[in-house]
Amino acid sequence: MSLRAQRSNLIVEASTREAYGKTLVELGKENKGIIVLDADLSPSTMTHFFAREFPERFFDCGLEEQNMIGIAAGLAASGKTVFASTFAIFASCRCFDQLRICLSQTGLNVKVVATHGGITVGEDGTSHQAIEDLALYCSLPGFTIVVPADAIEAAEAVKVAAATYGPFYIRLSRPKTPLIYSEDYHFTLGKAVTMRQGKDATIIAIGIMVAKSLEAADILAKQGIECRVINMHTLKPLDEKAVANAALETGAIVVAEEHLAQGGLGSRVAQVVAREKPVPMEFVNLGDSYALSGKADELLERYGLTAKDIESAVKSVVKRK
Amino acid sequence: MRNHIKEHAMDTLQGNMFNLSLAELKEMAKKLRRHVITMIATAGSGHPGGSLSAADIITALYFKVMCHNPENPLWLDRDRFILSKGHAAPILYAALAESGYFPLEELATLRKLDSRLQGHTDRNLTPGVEMSAGSLGMGLSFGIGVALAARLDCRDYRTYVLLGDGECDEGETWEAALSAAHFKVDNLTAIVDCNKIQLSGWTQDIMNLEPLSQKWQAFGWHTIDIDGHDFNQILAAFQEAEKIKNKPTVIIARTIKGKGVSFMENNPKFHGKAPTSEEAARALKELE
Repeated sequence: MSLRAQRSNLIVEASTREAYGKTLVELGKENKGIIVLDADLSPSTMTHFFAREFPERFFDCGLEEQNMIGIAAGLAASGKTVFASTFAIFASCRCFDQLRICLSQTGLNVKVVATHGGITVGEDGTSHQAIEDLALYCSLPGFTIVVPADAIEAAEAVKVAAATYGPFYIRLSRPKTPLIYSEDYHFTLGKAVTMRQGKDATIIAIGIMVAKSLEAADILAKQGIECRVINMHTLKPLDEKAVANAALETGAIVVAEEHLAQGGLGSRVAQVVAREKPVPMEFVNLGDSYALSGKADELLERYGLTAKDIESAVKSVVKRK
Repeated sequence: MRNHIKEHAMDTLQGNMFNLSLAELKEMAKKLRRHVITMIATAGSGHPGGSLSAADIITALYFKVMCHNPENPLWLDRDRFILSKGHAAPILYAALAESGYFPLEELATLRKLDSRLQGHTDRNLTPGVEMSAGSLGMGLSFGIGVALAARLDCRDYRTYVLLGDGECDEGETWEAALSAAHFKVDNLTAIVDCNKIQLSGWTQDIMNLEPLSQKWQAFGWHTIDIDGHDFNQILAAFQEAEKIKNKPTVIIARTIKGKGVSFMENNPKFHGKAPTSEEAARALKELE
């Protein structure tokens, strides 16, 4: 039995998108100004919970992602807090100009909450795997970008987004993911969470890679390498102080993300490290190519996004100190 | 304010604070056209053709049809005008300045560094501008959102969206056309400024749109075909649109690109080219 299988028996898993759908209903009860839009994917994005509860405040825009963003902007310009959902690949690539003109340039109060981010979409394959979405959203001034590490953080992030004026992008996953937080977790936008202390290197991770980084840190600790693990849930604005302190105090950084090499967390952390305190860095990501169809775990293994890959990266970065 | 006016009004057209007569509307349209020529000539760049073709429609909206208050641009019950063809910003700025949203002198700052009057509209900078535009095809979607908000909030303001005919090449326009009919947004009126010319030539040569009215009808819209330079027809169309329930209305306004300036009329060259100072002087003379 593999290490992963053993662990998954012990770890409680939950769905970030289900947490989103249920949180939306809670928010909808408190705030009549919340409107939800979807693009024919509500049973998958889980906005169908809200649709069932508040049909008059839910609009299915059909397969019209560009139109959905425009309608969202018009509602927001009229005082509404708008959540717009579809898969991450369509929420980024299919309507980028609308995000740029209608949301980024205006700063309107629209929360794009996208599910099915990254390669863990799995069997649907290349066309459906959003691995460039973070780079695209990072290029849009004014957007706040959050990738929650588990279902509890997802729920908290959605609540904070609803209470914070301005455009948001929140990326969620298709499969259930391990719970790393308990119900009393308090999420602070733009403030990274140090999950574990260590002096030899820092792993800065986002989304599903946070749990894998904790797993890697456990393994490394047994080999005498102590890692700091940071959950950088808010990609933009980035907690630059947490990055600078990690460079200064641990002298080596590994960045782990379910995304292409360019434009995501790795690029943003490297910019801060280069300016504040240059130290050796390694990057665990998807490089510069697409993935294929397969089961989520098979793909993570094939494309180098496992705890073992993080472990190797840490060993290699520590050697370069 | 709107309700107060409505109580004393024979119809909603009288909710407009200017309520110009036909003769006054014609004069105002001429004045706005003169602003457009001066602004674009001063800026040295811009799109005169599509501003001049839309001048009469915009004059009718701001000075006869819409209930709006320049002293309170964000008044919740105002009628909304959304310029989807953002390159026609100069004619909108001219109408806003003449309405009193900002000083007329500011028109001379068009396209200059630090001006509130950007090359294409910016809702965060210019009082009275509802939507940031410039990349075509987005205004109708935005307008649907605004119109749905009115319905959700039980407000009786109307939303007007002006599109270009060339702009109807954009797929998003037809996504929005489908959904406006699907959501039955009857508090929204779209106007297509059919001036028959887009940047590089005649629309029928670049990408044929005809039969345009039938296309909108097939998408579930009530359509009204008018001469977009005849105030009687323009005003009648807006009145008819208000009476249509359970479906959106589009006014297909047949216009002339560059209308009012002989050498700009039907001339693709003046889609996006500023007049020289000599051309501007000739144009202003024709618009006296």
